[in-house]
Amino acid sequence: MSTPVVVTGIGVAAPNGLGAAEYWSATCRGKSGIGEVSRFDARGYPARLAGEVPGFAAEEHLPGRMIPQTDRMTQLALVAADWALADAGVRPKEWPEFDIAVVTASSSGGFEFGQHELQKLWSKGGRHVSAYQSFAWFYAVNTGQISIRNGLRGPSGVVISDQAGGLDAVAQARRQIRQGCALVVAGGVDASICSWGWVAQLTSGRLSTSDDPDRAYLPFDAAAAGHVPGEGGALVILETAGAAIKRGARIYGEIAGYGSTFDPRPGSGREPGLQRAIQLALDDAGLAPGEIDVVYADAAAVPELDRIEAAAIGAVFGVRGVPVTAPKTMTGRLCSGAASLDLVAALLSMRDGLIPPTTNTSPAPDYGLDLVLTDPRSLPVQAALVLARGYGGFNSAIALRRAGSAQLGKKDPG
Amino acid sequence: MTGQELTLDDLTTALQQSAGQANTDNLDGSVLDVTFEDLGYDSVALLETCGRIEREQGIQLDDCTVEDAKTPRALLILINEQLAEDTAA
Repeated sequence: MSTPVVVTGIGVAAPNGLGAAEYWSATCRGKSGIGEVSRFDARGYPARLAGEVPGFAAEEHLPGRMIPQTDRMTQLALVAADWALADAGVRPKEWPEFDIAVVTASSSGGFEFGQHELQKLWSKGGRHVSAYQSFAWFYAVNTGQISIRNGLRGPSGVVISDQAGGLDAVAQARRQIRQGCALVVAGGVDASICSWGWVAQLTSGRLSTSDDPDRAYLPFDAAAAGHVPGEGGALVILETAGAAIKRGARIYGEIAGYGSTFDPRPGSGREPGLQRAIQLALDDAGLAPGEIDVVYADAAAVPELDRIEAAAIGAVFGVRGVPVTAPKTMTGRLCSGAASLDLVAALLSMRDGLIPPTTNTSPAPDYGLDLVLTDPRSLPVQAALVLARGYGGFNSAIALRRAGSAQLGKKDPG
Repeated sequence: MTGQELTLDDLTTALQQSAGQANTDNLDGSVLDVTFEDLGYDSVALLETCGRIEREQGIQLDDCTVEDAKTPRALLILINEQLAEDTAA
């Protein structure tokens, strides 16, 4: 059996809560972070609602040198990484620099920063473009800046697969741990709520044009008509169960299984890949469908995609065969940050025996889903499944197992 | 302000506006010979700062010679030579 890899630290920046504690408390209470776009004037655009991270002042968390050279998504990521490392009780300076790696997901890079510099380029000329543009807007910048700030020089990288990236980064981190890396900072934090990023996201045709925060993002509802975009995400700390136990770290849960697939060409008539991703993740984890206590859905809120997801869940777990939830109804879809945030929520579900609700949705009965609605559901959670799909055909699934479960390593340190 | 010498104050203001606060709180006369690296400013920070000074002073600095200026004193000498040259021209 492969070495169990576990999560020992989490850091969160979400539209309904800054920090893991605030996010989790808001999420279990059904508190939404969706509102009118405030970061730019979106009144002339088809979509006007977003999930924005509230009360985040980068200068309160980061040295002054970091501010002029970072996009908002990098500032959020740097702070989430600080929190995750602190939560894991890891002080990077005390570790050999090549022992810790960083693997993040990205979907667009630092768009807001890039937009400002391109505006300078076209209005004032090339000499006015910031030298920091050379890296502040590219995909790998969060990984690079987290690495530089903390002196982490292990095998690092970035994965690009839209929403699926939030899981794919964690899976890549697990590979690195199994190949001998001691610790990895992994996950996704994204933000592109600026007019340029907005236009880019609109091209998907999947953004909700509703002005009502409570009616704009309704996955699995007969009235589903797209999603609300958001910013933020989560980073986690991974290491082997053995290493975590040895240093007495708290274990949130095991990254027990992973599967990823790619959808067939549209119109080919072949099956979508999501169900296969679920089966791969369960097989990898050695878990039977009946052992999964909750599924965190991708929850696209596009009727065709909702149908595909409900069918995949139904085929594996049976009609209304497993509790399903989509707390991203309170945050919007966070690009590469979405699935990492769901992964954290699933870990906290296991810790607290509590499944947060899917808000606002009235599920269409023909989907056959046991959707957790309105109030959190109290339920011991030994294992959870997180699903994510990325625009362009990416499907990923991660199965999590609770710390202290019989199969995990030897024993929970507590 | 062509024709006037750039002072340490001007330089530190440009540094802070371009690249943010340094590692040390005070960028007074005592930092003239401290390396930019020790002050927390890397090569990109200097590139960014020199870009700002070029725009404000209407001069062109050679990127390669800027790279050789490791301290505020060395960079000021370079900038002021360029300023004097442009004034004389």
